[in-house]
Amino acid sequence: MTRYDAPTHWQSRYDHFIGGEYVKPHGGRYFENPTPVTGQPFCEVARGTAEDVERAIDAAHGAAGAWGRTSAADRALVLNRVADRMQEHLQALAIAETWENGKPIRETLAADIPLAIDHFRYFAGVIRAQEGSLAEIDDDTVAYHFHEPLGVVGQIIPWNFPLLMATWKLAPALAAGNAVVLKPAEQTPASIHYLLSLVADLLPPGVVNVVNGFGVEAGRPLASSPRVAKVAFTGETTTGRLIMQYASENIKPVTLELGGKSPNIFFDDVSTAPDDFRDKALEGFTMFALNQGEVCTCPSRALIQQGHYADFLAAAVERTREIRPGHPLDSATMVGAQASNDQLEKILSYLDIGRQEGARVLTGGARAELGGELSGGYYVEPTIFEGSNSMRVFQEEIFGPVVSVTSFADLDDAVKIANDTLYGLGAGIWTRDINTAYRAGRAIQAGRVWTNCYHAYPAHAAFGGYKQSGIGRENHKMMLDHYQQTKNLLVSYAPKKLGFF
Amino acid sequence: MSDLVTVTPAAAELIRSLREQHGPLMFHQSGGCCDGSAPMCYPAGEFRTGSSDIRLAALAVGGVPEPVEFWISRAQWDLWQHTKLTIDVVPGRGSGFSLEAPEGLRFLIRSTLARRDHE
Repeated sequence: MTRYDAPTHWQSRYDHFIGGEYVKPHGGRYFENPTPVTGQPFCEVARGTAEDVERAIDAAHGAAGAWGRTSAADRALVLNRVADRMQEHLQALAIAETWENGKPIRETLAADIPLAIDHFRYFAGVIRAQEGSLAEIDDDTVAYHFHEPLGVVGQIIPWNFPLLMATWKLAPALAAGNAVVLKPAEQTPASIHYLLSLVADLLPPGVVNVVNGFGVEAGRPLASSPRVAKVAFTGETTTGRLIMQYASENIKPVTLELGGKSPNIFFDDVSTAPDDFRDKALEGFTMFALNQGEVCTCPSRALIQQGHYADFLAAAVERTREIRPGHPLDSATMVGAQASNDQLEKILSYLDIGRQEGARVLTGGARAELGGELSGGYYVEPTIFEGSNSMRVFQEEIFGPVVSVTSFADLDDAVKIANDTLYGLGAGIWTRDINTAYRAGRAIQAGRVWTNCYHAYPAHAAFGGYKQSGIGRENHKMMLDHYQQTKNLLVSYAPKKLGFF
Repeated sequence: MSDLVTVTPAAAELIRSLREQHGPLMFHQSGGCCDGSAPMCYPAGEFRTGSSDIRLAALAVGGVPEPVEFWISRAQWDLWQHTKLTIDVVPGRGSGFSLEAPEGLRFLIRSTLARRDHE
């Protein structure tokens, strides 16, 4: 067990990063940034307004032309150098991210930061391999298709994986040759600035601009600006709709990732032997507590087939009780702090409504009091509800370490329950039978169906939603399409006129 | 349908304060990830509701001259209709584009069962 020291590399105050340098906010105001580990503020962050956003968009437009004409090889080199720099400072970045968000250090060391590094490398690779196309229309006519950057794009980042989600958006946008104005979440505005302190010298000024602030004051002017060519957002449905409304005013594209209520389905044959596979499936069940449940694809509905329901659920409850809560900087901690006080309060409100609806609490069900310096932090006990799919705890994304369990009879019943949701982002299937796995996987209306695994997020596997879960596919080279225009040159090589005029 | 949504005194005070700063207000109940399930407060008309939405209430808030409309998508209300909603407020950072976030406060929905018809 290792207990990492609280990070000391923070500046006391972060301004906006615009045009390659730090710029004070136009309004001169700042807001306090607390760590969810203790609830205590650790830095101040600029409270951006429309004037700051305009300045950042100006800087991005100033840089976009040259950056978009840079060779793919040069852009890939920049992304690879960013990845290398992050690799050199992996532990410091992991500690910063844990302090900012409250998640356990074992996750930031093993997942958040390594995945972000690999994501930059992936898009450095795919942009080198991307080719335009040509179509031979007839003997004299050729259609050439070129990829061109959109220009200046706006990106609004969520607070659950501050650095990884920023990377999911930055890497494809930069690879495609765009300049970016990025607004971090107001709950987690600081770790991106620590990253910038490590990599800013690698980026041409104005290619990446970061404006801090609140959604209503800084996010709205960015999302509604006619001077950004596209807006990317991860968050919830009402803001997603509002961003689409702004985009409709300017006829601009958006990509949206708006969450889910992901089913995790355990067929009877999982329990035919007490072997490694069943053990892996129990770990898969317990993945609802990863990142304190603050994951858009949290497997927050567990569907267990009737034949092994009682035994499997009993083992799952036992596994869940073994989850070790604690200080997020302790390497043995499995579940850390929720990211903010309002998130904590929302989760507690769902623990209340679940009980009112008649869901049974099998374990957990309350705020966790960890004492000492953690007593001001935002901790929740991993919680298992047992109930029916029509209950609100089965239908709404609680975004906490809470799973709601119900049973199913057969494959058709499992698919029916799985699809009885407004969302369709992720799903999990656990079975030893490849035919069951294939049929269920194709029938579930979700963009990602983990089969005999869960919560893996490798670059090169497309990630995005069906139904109300959003528009677009991140984490894959196809995301380049969302950051590029297609230019068609339609060329005639015929020397003679058509003969019309 | 106004009894479907009520407002705590603390939330009413925040609504009054936001009304003074921003003019007439509206709510749209969100769903989905991150700050989903939170009620979003906007200047009235900022969020364009449509046929996919339902107006649950026109809230009478003391000191606010006009009713404050509370909207939710019909698909979400289908799943929520067995509950009554109370708009409360807690300290928080907020998110989305909701007006109260810079105040260091966040609107929060508390729910109680209206009837037990989900079984």
